[in-house]
Amino acid sequence: MLSEQIQALINRELKKYPADQRQSAVMSALRFVQDEKGWIATDDMADIAAYLGMPQMTVYEVATFYHMYNLKPMGRHTLTVCTNLSCQLVGANETMSYIKSKLGIGVGEVTADGKFGLREGECQNVCDEAPLLMVNNKRLCGHLTVEKIDQLLAELDK
Amino acid sequence: MINLEIDGKRVEVENGRTVIEAAHQLGIYIPHFCYHKKLSIAANCRMCLVQVEKAPKPLPACATPVAEGMKVFTASEQAIKAQKGVMEFLLINHPLDCPICDQGGECELQDLAVGYGGSASRYQEEKRIVLPKDIGPLVAAEEMSRCINCTRCVRFGVEIGGMMELGQAFRGEHAEIMSFVSDTVDSELSGNMIDLCPVGALTSKPFRYTARTWELSRRKSISPHDSLGSNLVVQVKDNRVMRVLPLENEEINECWLSDKDRFSYEGLNSNQRLTKPMIKQGGKWQEVEWQVALEYAANGLRQISQGAGAEHIGALATPHSTVEELYLLQKLVRGLGSSNVDFRLRQSDFSADGKQTGAPWLGMPVAEINTCDRFLIVGSFLRKDHPLLASRVRQAVKKGAQANVLHAADDDLLMPVANKMIVSPAEMTAQLAQVLKALATIKQATLDASVQQVVQSVTPSAAAQAMANSLASGERVAILLGNFAQQHPQAAQLHLLAQHIAALCGGKFGFLGEAANSVGGYLAQAVPGAQGLNAAAMLAAPRKAYLLLNVEAELDTADALQAMNAMRKADMVVVLSAYKHHAAEYADVLLPITPFTETSGTFINTEGRVQSFKGVVKPLGEARPAWKVLRVLGNLLNVAGFEHDSSEAVRGEALQGVDVAGKLNNALRGLNAQAAASTPAGLQRVADVPIYFSDAIVRRSAPLQATRDAVQPSAYMHSTALGKLGMKSGEIIMVGQGQGSARLKIVADDTLPQGVVRVAAGHAATAALGAMFGIVTVERA
Repeated sequence: MLSEQIQALINRELKKYPADQRQSAVMSALRFVQDEKGWIATDDMADIAAYLGMPQMTVYEVATFYHMYNLKPMGRHTLTVCTNLSCQLVGANETMSYIKSKLGIGVGEVTADGKFGLREGECQNVCDEAPLLMVNNKRLCGHLTVEKIDQLLAELDK
Repeated sequence: MINLEIDGKRVEVENGRTVIEAAHQLGIYIPHFCYHKKLSIAANCRMCLVQVEKAPKPLPACATPVAEGMKVFTASEQAIKAQKGVMEFLLINHPLDCPICDQGGECELQDLAVGYGGSASRYQEEKRIVLPKDIGPLVAAEEMSRCINCTRCVRFGVEIGGMMELGQAFRGEHAEIMSFVSDTVDSELSGNMIDLCPVGALTSKPFRYTARTWELSRRKSISPHDSLGSNLVVQVKDNRVMRVLPLENEEINECWLSDKDRFSYEGLNSNQRLTKPMIKQGGKWQEVEWQVALEYAANGLRQISQGAGAEHIGALATPHSTVEELYLLQKLVRGLGSSNVDFRLRQSDFSADGKQTGAPWLGMPVAEINTCDRFLIVGSFLRKDHPLLASRVRQAVKKGAQANVLHAADDDLLMPVANKMIVSPAEMTAQLAQVLKALATIKQATLDASVQQVVQSVTPSAAAQAMANSLASGERVAILLGNFAQQHPQAAQLHLLAQHIAALCGGKFGFLGEAANSVGGYLAQAVPGAQGLNAAAMLAAPRKAYLLLNVEAELDTADALQAMNAMRKADMVVVLSAYKHHAAEYADVLLPITPFTETSGTFINTEGRVQSFKGVVKPLGEARPAWKVLRVLGNLLNVAGFEHDSSEAVRGEALQGVDVAGKLNNALRGLNAQAAASTPAGLQRVADVPIYFSDAIVRRSAPLQATRDAVQPSAYMHSTALGKLGMKSGEIIMVGQGQGSARLKIVADDTLPQGVVRVAAGHAATAALGAMFGIVTVERA
């Protein structure tokens, strides 16, 4: 079952679309679930499908198509490091290896304490900030340096 | 109209058509994978790229609308180069496993690769791997690496099947066709995905690795199951049916088949097949020669007809029997001096007999369903009873038609339903009368005296009013009575009311025929007429002798308990059956007859289309076509006029001079509607015949029996009603009806009306119960 908070958020979202096109709210609904739980289980997808009156498979198609949805638990803070071209040119690979060694995990993995998860990301359309990473798809951290990364991890570790 | 030129040939097509359709009209083939004439345009395989004059790049023919003066080149240098390029891309990840692929020899990719593929690949990289999926007992998705992501299967599910069970998950190179989590594909039309798949990704599970396409001979046939009469191509190897595919017939099954028609063949060679005549002597069954068995049967029938009287003989046949079989059966029985013959075994109300003006039929051609804009569907498990007719209604609804449903169960029709009234069986006539009354008010029409009384006794509810409004606003209305309505104890009342509703909206009125030969049975005169007893009467007042054609008494009749009692009481039961079954308990003679693949015959489908077919394989063992068996029985009993030497001769006699179209008429004359009786106290039974238990062949098809539609039936009740009884969903309970009872699981189903218990008929688990309609009790086991 979707929590009351999520249902309220989806209901607000639904007002933006015609009444017979409830499935337009699917991406928002997936986002709300991920915000609450950190990831989206197939049970949640089935709940969303039932709530919006659309096929379960369509929800699954959307959830697997887009990169920002976590299909498995990715820790309390999911760090998504952009590895597309602009970021690569200014050292995204080095940034990535530094984070890997600092956290002791690889891409797609979660630290043992469940605090951090690491993902490889696609271009965020702010290449002037490169190299960059996103925290939980919400907070953009750009112009990354070793110091900045240390600072960020320490802040999130609290 | 648009004029354009393809490969130098001029063609005129409707505005809005695509280049590939225009080319098809000219007979020019453009290679393609994802395009299918019955599905929406995806344009994702890019195989159909063609050159268009003034277009800078090649364009996909399937998604390019025609334009005035357009010049298209399908085989120019640019087009061929584009097509070869696409083929090279498609083959990058396609495994080179044609020799072990089940699709080999009938694969669109293989065929086109011969024309457009290179002889060797320029790619050295590893091919992508897609894991196999288990999506149920009918469709195999074991080699999904072969998939070229054309999404035909997905589009079929969404657009034709009505439910999206397969989808394309992930993205780019990781995209793959799969079901949600690991759900099975449960659509009753799922087998069509196998035909649609242009490669060997989705294959037929029962057929896999049993034969190569070039080893099979193809023979035309007609489906013996539902009343649509789908056209089949039966594929045969070594005198054995290996596979069944659709034979395209736009007016009937289009290019589709229901899973029932497609996979029932697995039941043809079941180990339950009866292959030798048998007689029971001293309580033991013995295999005997045909001559002995036939004489035994003839003697028994002769003794009873000369002793007790011919009226003590009754003949029952299923509506899955052919016209020839039904005709000879009634001729035999009438020749003996009895008129007790019937094929309407699940019908319980025969008050329309003698008042009908013709054989009940669909009331319009099947294809006309797609053009209707309003439907009133009364008493039908539409999707399960008529999978492809349901699909036609779905297509019409998609184009804007409104579906109205009056029924005792609210099964998902996989289409939007404008108005529905879900009520207990006993309330159905009153509800229909309400619709009639509301409609008469809208149309300001005076109703016929025959329905005046019942209409005055009701007040239309809001739902009835809404339904009447919907029907009144339509231009092409269809009122359809389903199997449930035909089996209903007030079937004639429903019939009469529906007839008047149709007349008021100037619409079509029809019956969704119960089985392959529901119309044919009437035309073959396999009905009792004024002198004889109908199916229900023959079983209610047990006869001394029964002649059963294809009948499994406890599964094919309206009242299993009563039928079995009648069989047990009879002195002589002659069973003509393709299978050994429960008859071993009550029969005296078992005569092995052939299923539809081993005999020639004729079915008349629900739109009145006479379709004859030939046997596709030789009879198994000593089984013989039923028309031959009946012919010899006629000779042995000295009945005149049994000299037919072919099934064509029988058909000739049965249908000679018969104007089939003229004999089809749904109108009732001289029947008066009665005021609706009050709803009886107690729980009413709502019985469906599950899709894979409807006739002897499907009951024995192992793959169909492994589907979710074939699970052991439970009893279903509304959770409130269940709560009142203090029972929990999932408990094992005892359902009682009259003398009989059955232990079943009770399951809460809030779509059912209050006061009913849904218990399927046609299944061994419920065969100990009585009539399909009536009062049942539910108690703790």
